[in-house]
Amino acid sequence: MIAIATGLFLLIRAPDVEYFFVAGYTIVQYVVLATAWNILGGYTGYVNFGSAAFFAMGAYSTVALATFANQLDDLVPESIAPLLHLVFPLSIPVLIVIGGLVSGVVGFGMGYLTLRLRGAFFAIATLALAVVLQTLVVNWEFVGGSGGAYVVRPGEFPGLGSYMQYLFALMMGLAVLALVTARTIERSRLGYGFAAIRDDELAAEASGVPTLRLKLIATTLSGALMGMAGAPFPYYIGYLQPQSAFGLEYAVNSIAMPMIGGTMSWVGPLVGTLLLGTLQQVANVTISSAVNLLLVGLLLIGFVIVAPNGIVGLVQDRLWTRSRK
Amino acid sequence: MEVSFDLLIGAIVAGLLLGGFYAAVTAGISISFGMLDIVNIAHPGFIILGSYIAYIVNLEFGVDPVIVSVVMLPVFYLLGTAIYQVYYLSFEKRGQESLRGLAFFFGVLFVTEVVLLLAFGVDYRYVEAPYIGPSLHFGPIDLPLRMLVPCLVALTMFAALQIFITRTFIGRAILAVSQDQFALQLMAVDPVRIKRIAFGLSIATASVAGALLIIIQPVEPSVGREYIGRVFAICVLGGLGSMPGTLIAAMLLGVVESITATFYGPSWAPAIAFGFLLLTLAFRPSGLLGR
Repeated sequence: MIAIATGLFLLIRAPDVEYFFVAGYTIVQYVVLATAWNILGGYTGYVNFGSAAFFAMGAYSTVALATFANQLDDLVPESIAPLLHLVFPLSIPVLIVIGGLVSGVVGFGMGYLTLRLRGAFFAIATLALAVVLQTLVVNWEFVGGSGGAYVVRPGEFPGLGSYMQYLFALMMGLAVLALVTARTIERSRLGYGFAAIRDDELAAEASGVPTLRLKLIATTLSGALMGMAGAPFPYYIGYLQPQSAFGLEYAVNSIAMPMIGGTMSWVGPLVGTLLLGTLQQVANVTISSAVNLLLVGLLLIGFVIVAPNGIVGLVQDRLWTRSRK
Repeated sequence: MEVSFDLLIGAIVAGLLLGGFYAAVTAGISISFGMLDIVNIAHPGFIILGSYIAYIVNLEFGVDPVIVSVVMLPVFYLLGTAIYQVYYLSFEKRGQESLRGLAFFFGVLFVTEVVLLLAFGVDYRYVEAPYIGPSLHFGPIDLPLRMLVPCLVALTMFAALQIFITRTFIGRAILAVSQDQFALQLMAVDPVRIKRIAFGLSIATASVAGALLIIIQPVEPSVGREYIGRVFAICVLGGLGSMPGTLIAAMLLGVVESITATFYGPSWAPAIAFGFLLLTLAFRPSGLLGR
């Protein structure tokens, strides 16, 4: 898979058009988000409407740390400042890990509070979580409050050319990590446990599946991956506002993409993202961003009604009937 | 000290008025989520739809928004029954309501919002009515009519619903369907029909709630999202499906939000509902008056 990713990277790099990286980054970022969503939503059947919140947590931990690095000399006593200067500013891979940790902890906390109840409570709580975290960020002046914060992106990255390429390569790596994680889970005891929860939680519990622990693993993992996807985002966009970090399109897309692709396997979110992501990029350029969101909503409704198992499900059904003939 | 006491009384009164309005907003969720077990997160979307209908008619013909919303009740009812039919055939019948049903309503919410956005843009819209502006004064207490009228309308609607549910045959059948659908079938009542009626009712309340919303505050398409946390917090806090519980919880949330807004600033208010929701879920998941 790493080989495929490297190949893709080189392929996109070949025409040397910066726009491909800008557009590609968004799509690959959604691969991570959709796969992360699917680990919880598709495998265990618990719907997370707060993807934007987890994503924004990652993005804002980056902003907080970058702001901290900038104001280091004013914020800490002089005696330890030089020491901290050795560490700060943090490189993006480190920030990704931190973003993942922060969102993972939030995911764990959310899960712990709500997962002992019926699934719907978890869904509603995640929806509300996005609103509350946005309120907190808007009121937190250190990271720019409602006005937003600038993060200065270095112009070049040694060895790769433009910084955008570096970000793109990182995101590609994250996507591979997410997909490999999802694929590994699917074929492990963990995955069977998740599937048991999805199909019949009561029965799973009765037959000795540690449901709460498994669900917590799923929320933590899924939240962490979303946070990791969000961490490089401030560097990508350059100027981060609460409205853009908490944008509803993240929540909608990270649900719509796995649902359209198919939630049962790791291939589904990938297929859904590549299809929907590309469609959106095209619609964004040719029509308008509002119409493109409408398109996503309608496709989501259409697919859940007509093709409950997504594109992958449709293809599997087709193969199944053919092989029986 | 005197001043802050007046401020507190004022905040509590404003909160009670706000709470009455929240009760109207939550009534629909209380039926759909509390009694029918349908997690209709699109409900705020229908409320905003109601707001915009009230806005258009008010703008074109100068009709009072409350009257518009009452006239629109049957339309919203039919819309609700239609949505339930789709939901039933696509999800409930196939037993897939949890994951895909949620995604379905999320999609509906999203599409409503984007369509309104495309049609009306992001500008705030408001209505005109004689009671928007003047206030009644009782000593230190201010009763702005733009809050008082929605509160009274909301309470009237709430009382009507409560009477309908506890006193009529269909109302009781709705309660029965929330407890044991199978037993209802044995009594020769079609649970799907009862649920369709109940869901229609729940969406119909959105028409009134929407008109009240646009009387209280200017509306733009994404306002609905703020209400998702609120309505579910109220519904859960009140005890799922308990109408009196919903009313108490709505008043409580209104007062706490109003006090927070008065003393700490309005930008913190949205976080309150979520705090309530989490505390309730953590300590008393069955709510105040839950069964």
